[in-house]
Amino acid sequence: MSFPWAKQYEPTNPVMKFMDEKLPLPRLVYNAVGAGYPVPRNLSYMWNFGVLAGFCLVLQIVTGVVLAMHYAANSGVAFDSIEHIMRDVNWGWAIRYAHANGASAFFAVIYLHIFRGFYYSSYKAPREMIWLLGVVIYLLMMATGFMGYVLPWGQMSFWGAKVITGLFGAIPVVGEPLQVWLLGGYAPDNAALNRFFSLHFMLPFVIAGVVILHIWALHIPGSSNPTGVEVKSESDTVPFHPYYTAKDGFGLGVFLLIYCAFLFFMPNALGHPDNYIPANPLSTPAHIVPEWYYWPFYAILRAFTFDFILPAKLWGVLAMFAAILVWFFLPWLDKSPVRSGNYRPLFRKFFWVLVADMALLFYLGGAPAEEPYVMISQIATAYYFLHFLVILPLLSSFERPDPLPFSITEAVLGSDDKAALKDGAGSAA
Amino acid sequence: MATTTDTANSEVVAEDGVRRRDFIEIAAVSVAATGGLITILPLVSQMAPSKDVLAESTTELDISALEPGQSIKAVFRKQPVFVRNLTPAEIDAANAVDPGDLRDSQSLADRTIEGHENILVVMGVCTHLGCVPLGAAEGENKGEFGGYFCPCHGSHYDTAARIRKGPAPSNLEVPDYSFTSDTTIVIG
Ligand code: HEM
Ligand code: FES
Repeated sequence: MSFPWAKQYEPTNPVMKFMDEKLPLPRLVYNAVGAGYPVPRNLSYMWNFGVLAGFCLVLQIVTGVVLAMHYAANSGVAFDSIEHIMRDVNWGWAIRYAHANGASAFFAVIYLHIFRGFYYSSYKAPREMIWLLGVVIYLLMMATGFMGYVLPWGQMSFWGAKVITGLFGAIPVVGEPLQVWLLGGYAPDNAALNRFFSLHFMLPFVIAGVVILHIWALHIPGSSNPTGVEVKSESDTVPFHPYYTAKDGFGLGVFLLIYCAFLFFMPNALGHPDNYIPANPLSTPAHIVPEWYYWPFYAILRAFTFDFILPAKLWGVLAMFAAILVWFFLPWLDKSPVRSGNYRPLFRKFFWVLVADMALLFYLGGAPAEEPYVMISQIATAYYFLHFLVILPLLSSFERPDPLPFSITEAVLGSDDKAALKDGAGSAA
Repeated sequence: MATTTDTANSEVVAEDGVRRRDFIEIAAVSVAATGGLITILPLVSQMAPSKDVLAESTTELDISALEPGQSIKAVFRKQPVFVRNLTPAEIDAANAVDPGDLRDSQSLADRTIEGHENILVVMGVCTHLGCVPLGAAEGENKGEFGGYFCPCHGSHYDTAARIRKGPAPSNLEVPDYSFTSDTTIVIG
């Protein structure tokens, strides 16, 4: 939605007038990221990560399309075609490292985006649909990242494909045939590699489609903000352009500095050396772990080591999927009417405990599958579900939230009367 | 430096009306635009031939067994090359025309290496639209001028592989090559 005080797009140039009548694309841009989109004036840098995620998606699509020009999805030559990209193709090394580190950057950005949502309860009404679509995007990203990692057809690729499709093998009755169907064989081979390449190429465009829905849904209520108090009047907002184009641009600059530090100075820091060994179906690497961004969920998977009514293997798989699916129910699990963690003292403490718990799970997912890591994983997994299923729903009945500011303007300026926005800031630029 | 302060925007405006923010804006956008333009370089360059393709760009040929009147087909940069040992009659036929009368005026001497005027090396790629002309193998149609004939749209090349009739605009291309011995040539 646009607030009633949103500026209207009024083209003066005849070409733009013509365009506006026939296909109002400039109007769409103006209303989406231009001066026609009023945004809360108090957004912090935590609100940069949506735009950064969009940048990462474009980055992955551009570098990915380039890689696909040189890559061959055939188990006989896939590994060599990656080396061909690294050694022979002009700038191939840069493009491949940009794509591999781009995936890590994308996930890092998304985790911050999601945790922003946790802290500020961005998932609450009226933004449930934005959140639900976000979780869908995240699931699609996980699938895309997994299939991309299989493509170089190194040792980690091969065994990753085997282990992850093995998860489906845990499902009772249909599991085994399902795994064989997914792979098109009894073990990962050419059939699996080809379909993974096809899907890995397609899914980012599906993600792009869901991102459009995500942003569409966002533009109905507009962004929330660090106070969680909804926009009441014009003095609560500033036009997206130039205020947030500038802020997002600055954030993008900082992001690119960190990204380029990885890209140019430690491009393999987040990868596994084992993946530079060609796939060998007869020998598993000693320490097999997924990419870092799957670690928390991998830790949850491995936490189940005992049969309890159902086999341990099935529990692990169910828990791993449940750990993400529980996010779908968040808008209804968290009953507090207050959004922002800034005004919820008790929630805030538990938020940071959850962050610590997730950090621990991250660490455990990358650790070897032996004691004491298994036991700590079990405790951390139990706490993870306790947080979402018990602590969060109960918190709102115990907690006394701090007083909320009357408005965003009051939170920023001390009082609504001090706002000099109408004739002031609008003219700056 | 005299400055005035606009309290509403807390902007500093210099006497000449230039705001500090204008400078920052232009500087930031310029840096971003330069960076953006530079990233286009690898994205464009990656589509040019890669190092392994460039490494295939020379071809060595032993022509000791090539008798007068015979031709061989070789491959240079994934494209056919014709090497022909011209008979004295073919040389005479080529020298009998005045290059000035030709569409692409070149003499046989312009198209061969001094001391090896009987060895004609040309790309087997029709200069019209790139088909492989006939005439290099035994029994193939050599066209009306006894050289090469392109069946795609009917281009006739003479014994010096010069275009004589048909749609092709120029003579069959002579690649860069040299003799490393009397019987060995290196193309590329
Ligand atoms: C390709 C991935 C994604 C893109 C490009 C994207 C893009 C955006 C953008 C541009 C915004 C507005 C700016 C901001 O608030 O940061 C936004 C807001 C939001 N996103 Fe995402 N997003 C992605 C994934 C996700 C995921 C995985 C989740 C959650 C699981 C999520 C949840 C939200 C929520 C709740 C908001 C509203 C925040 C508010 O209004 O305060 N997004 N997203
Ligand atoms: S391609 Fe040879 S005549 Fe057209």
